[in-house]
This record gives sequence, structure tokens and C-alpha cells, in this order.
Amino acid sequence: MTDQDYNFAFLDEQTKRMLRRAILKAVAIPGYQVPFGSREMPLPYGWGTGGMQVTAAVIGADDVLKVIDQGADDTTNAVSIRRFFKRMTGVATTEKTREATLIQTRHRVPETPLQAGQILVYQVPIPEPLRWLEPREIETRIMHALSEYGVMHVKLYEDIARHGHISTAYDYPVLVNGRYLMRCSPIPKFDTPKLHMNPALQLFGAGREKRIYALPPHTDVKPLDFEDHPFEIEHWPEPCALCGATDSFLDEVILDDKGGRMFVCSDTDYCGERREAGHRGRMSPPETLEAAE
Amino acid sequence: MYVAVKGGEAAIENAHKLLAEDRRGDAALPELDVAQIREQLSLGVDRVMTEGSIYDRDLAALALKQARGDQVEAIFLLRAYRTTLPRLGIAAPLDTQAMQVSRRISATFKDLPGGQLLGPTFDYTHRLLDFALLAEQEPIAAKQAGALADSMPQVVDLLNAEGLIERELPDAEDDVVGDITREPLMFPADRAVRLQSLARADEGYLLALGYSTQRGYAKSHPFVGEIRSGTVPVELDIPELGFTVDIGEIDVTECQMINQFRGSRSEPPKFTRGYGLSFGYAERKAMAMALVDRALRAEELGEDITAPAQDQEFVLYHGDNVEASGFVQHLKLPHHVDFQAELALVRKMRAEIAAAGAAPEFEEAAQ
Repeated sequence: MTDQDYNFAFLDEQTKRMLRRAILKAVAIPGYQVPFGSREMPLPYGWGTGGMQVTAAVIGADDVLKVIDQGADDTTNAVSIRRFFKRMTGVATTEKTREATLIQTRHRVPETPLQAGQILVYQVPIPEPLRWLEPREIETRIMHALSEYGVMHVKLYEDIARHGHISTAYDYPVLVNGRYLMRCSPIPKFDTPKLHMNPALQLFGAGREKRIYALPPHTDVKPLDFEDHPFEIEHWPEPCALCGATDSFLDEVILDDKGGRMFVCSDTDYCGERREAGHRGRMSPPETLEAAE
Repeated sequence: MYVAVKGGEAAIENAHKLLAEDRRGDAALPELDVAQIREQLSLGVDRVMTEGSIYDRDLAALALKQARGDQVEAIFLLRAYRTTLPRLGIAAPLDTQAMQVSRRISATFKDLPGGQLLGPTFDYTHRLLDFALLAEQEPIAAKQAGALADSMPQVVDLLNAEGLIERELPDAEDDVVGDITREPLMFPADRAVRLQSLARADEGYLLALGYSTQRGYAKSHPFVGEIRSGTVPVELDIPELGFTVDIGEIDVTECQMINQFRGSRSEPPKFTRGYGLSFGYAERKAMAMALVDRALRAEELGEDITAPAQDQEFVLYHGDNVEASGFVQHLKLPHHVDFQAELALVRKMRAEIAAAGAAPEFEEAAQ
């Protein structure tokens, strides 16, 4: 069912063409932020308008769309965006990473490895990796042009000097294809290694900031680090309470006001798939819930 | 028990129903219709049109009704609608000299050709609540002051004759005027692009920035050369015809601010200008815009850039309330993944300090 009052995927064809040009340029220069004429979308800026414009530009009638926010398909904003595209395109939607041809995400990379042919679209709030170090766009564009990334190394070094390790937990800066410093949208650093040599096409859209950038399949993506302080990802003290996974990003869920908590997979599809395969965690509902208490 | 932190489709749908119910308010009272809003809340409509960047009183009134009177939300609704509209053509520049004025004042001259015309203004009203408005009233008919002057030259043009004010020359024919609704804002932005951006910028934001220039942050000694409000024709160039065609009229308010300029090595002292324009009667907006426009010309006029209002990136990147409202309010969205990452980091750092025992280096630092 498509909304007859609007063009396929909401945007008019000229706008989609402009977006596709920007995307092509972004793919041609991995990690480079391409300015584009971002449009107002019917969702607020900061809620995924960049990702939505990229999705609208690349989606076709036979695509299968998955939308996640914080790794989950059922978070409110993911539901809202999925419903929007269902209404404006009529495409099939799915919660399964394996079945999707197009995945729009906020803050996570799915745990299930992506395959060639899939497209992952990131919603990006602030595309400029140097922004907290230099607020001016005129300056940061020059810094990128000259590959002048020393300030970022200094920042990381100061972290180490002060705290003993790099204190960037998410939005970890990466060098793309040995050339451009890139911000991988605020994904936790747990997900950063997944960007490297990924067989899927990864597109990044920042609507409010009017920038698109991309990682073509199999692009070299290297987190900035030092020989004596190599990049490392976060670890949890226990496995997922529902599926027992030890290799996924876990959300902390507070159970009561006495410090009780559990850790569960942030990626609901991954967690569900594991439970279907028979994996069980400490608090797997419903049949093992009583046993656990 | 596992706390359900994730909201689904049903929750969203129910929230929308609650919103519709609250918008309607007490069902025993008659529902506001869009025409009433258009006619009786017209200054609210003007602001929504100006910052929504589309001149349509009915749509702006509809947006206000749907947004329950929330201006920024109404502006957003109008913008999101506007983005789907095709661009049919580009109008010829408005000729505000040919305006049918309903208000025209100058603070720089006591009298001037064409005269001063107060028009419908809050100025000189005493801001006393009018309790008579609690009841319905008979319509009031205002007295017309007689025929207006045929010609109302712009005050700045009067100064122009003496060469006391900078000239504003039209761009070269082949100069393409930027379009911030089609191309991203790039810096440094030229004046046309800056003015477009200011025209749709949040009124409160421009008011504060303009005010800051009056209080010494980039002082520019402004005078209201002229404010005029009224109706101007919009003309569209039809390529097939080879001439322009009048396609309708719009109400606008224009502010020409006159500012001091001490001169530089290459220029003798003269007055400079700041310009503001808004749809309808958004006069406060037009004045604030003119102050900020002038402040943003600092670089062009060789002035030192010392204050926020003079800083292009600061002013233009943060003035759009659709962008600002969206980004501020996106903080309501779940951020538990990033927060989890931060949580893990803080715990790790605290554990390291605890493991180090008395943390001698901290004590040393304290001494």
C-alpha cells in the first residue's frame, strides 16, 4: 500500500537524483563528506533525516527494508521510520538482518555479519570527526584537504596521559582508506571493527548538517591508536541473560531499585535468532524465568 | 522481571490519538476553524509563513491549528510540506518601492516625502489587558486618513542622492543567486545566501543576536531608516512569453537599517545598511534581521570580528529552528547503546583508581 498523495519514497525524482549524485561521489571518495542539498523531511532533524534521505534515494520497489535504533527493531523511532517507508514505498519490511537488502540504523551495526549486495544506511548527527576539536567548518575542511589530523592524535594522547587509556567509548575516529578521518556515527567502539573490509555498502547520511559519506564494500577502515595503546573494544562481566551470547553488544537493563540488573543483547534480531536455535541465558523467559529466581 | 524498555506500534498509535484529543480540547466548545485562525491570529500566521518559507495564509493557519498553537511545530509542518512542492520558476525581485503601504515610518527624519504612516501597530498602545475582549464585540471600523501620497521614495534613496550611504548595486546579470533550499550552506556565504538564511531563521534567536549588537557585542550604531509594510505584486518571468507576468500580491514588511561607518583607508566615512524582510507584518523579525545582517557584513567592511553576531558560521548554522528544535529534542530518543559504552568506560576508570589503592599520584597532585 503506497500513499498516493506522495511520490515513491516521498522525495521527488529530481531530489533523489541529486542525492544519488552525492552518494556516487561519496562512494568514489571513501570517507570524504560530500555536501548535499538536504531537504526537510516529515521527521525532525536529528531523528534520522539524513539516513532517511539516503534510504529514499536508493530504495527500490523490490527492496526488503529493516530499520533499527540502538540495535533493536522495536524501538519507537525505528518503528516510526519503518512505517514511514512502508507507507511511502509499499516495500516489504523485515526484522531479520539476513533477509534485508537495505538496513537503516541508528547507533549500531547488526551482529549478524553483512553480505555483499546489502546496503547499511547510518543516521549521522554530527559528521565532522574534528568538530569537538575545531568548531569551524572552514577550518575543518582545510584540515581534511591537507590530511592534517595531528590534533586528533594529540587528543587521544592526552586521554592516555590523563586516564591511562583512550577515553572515547563511542563515535571512535577512524582513518578510511588511509586518507580521510571519518566519524562512524555514534556507534559504540565495539562496532568499529565491523566497518573494516565489510562486504556490504555502507552509506552515512547527516540531514541537518547536509553531508553524505560512504564506505564502499571492502574498504580499509582503521581506528586511530598507538602501538603501545592499541585500539580495543568493550567487554562485559557476564553473557546475555536471554541468549547467553558472549560476542554481542549488551544493553544494561535495571530490574529494581536495589541495584539488580541484567545484560541483554542490544541486537534483538541476533538475540532472537540465537534463542530460536536453542541458546539460553540466565533469565531466559518465560519457561526458565522461575528457575533463575 | 524484565522491564519492557521498547515501545511498539500500538504505543505510538495511542499517543497520536491522545494528541488529537488534547488538540481538540473541551469538546463542549466550538472547534476553531482555519479561517478564524487566519483572520484573528494573523501575526502568528505571518511568523509561521516567514520561517516556514512559504506564503500561504491558509496552510500556515492549518499548521497552527494542527500544532495546537506551537509556532515552531507549525513552522516545521509547513517546511515539511514545502519540501515536496515543485519549483515552477523564480520571481523577479520584489519592487518594494511600488508597495501599497499600510504602514511606513522613519526614525531618521521627522518628516519625509510620502509622510509617516503609523498603520496598525502595537506601538503606543498601553499594554493593559483589555477585559472587554472577554466578550464578543462589534467590529470596529478605523478611519482612513485620506488618500496616501502617490510616491513614497525609500529613505535610503534620499540619502543616496548625497552619496552619504553605500549604494546597493544589483548583481551582475550572470551572477547566480544561491538557493539554501536546494544547495547546502557553504562558507564563507555571500550576502544573498546569508539573507535567505536570516529570513527563515528563528525570530527569537535573531532578536537576541540583534539585541546583543545594541549592547556592545559588535556595536553598529543603528537607526531605523525606514520600516514599511504593505502589499507588493509578485512578477514571474515566463520564458515563452519574454516578459514578466503579475501572478498575485503578497504582504511583506521591510526594514532598512542605517548604520554608522567610520570609513577605512579606501573608503570615506558614510552610512552602511542592514536589511530585513519578512512576510506579513512580522516587524520585530524584520528589524532583528536587519541588525544581524549588518553585523554579518563585518568582514566585507573590514571590521574586526569580535562578537557572536558577526560570526557567519555561528549565526547561520544555529538560526534555523526546524534544525535546532529537531536536534535538541532528539535527545529524547533512546541513547542506551552510547550510554552503555560510557557506563562501561566510567566503571573501568573507577576500578583502575580503586585498584591503585590510595592513588599516590592523586595525592601528590592535591599537594
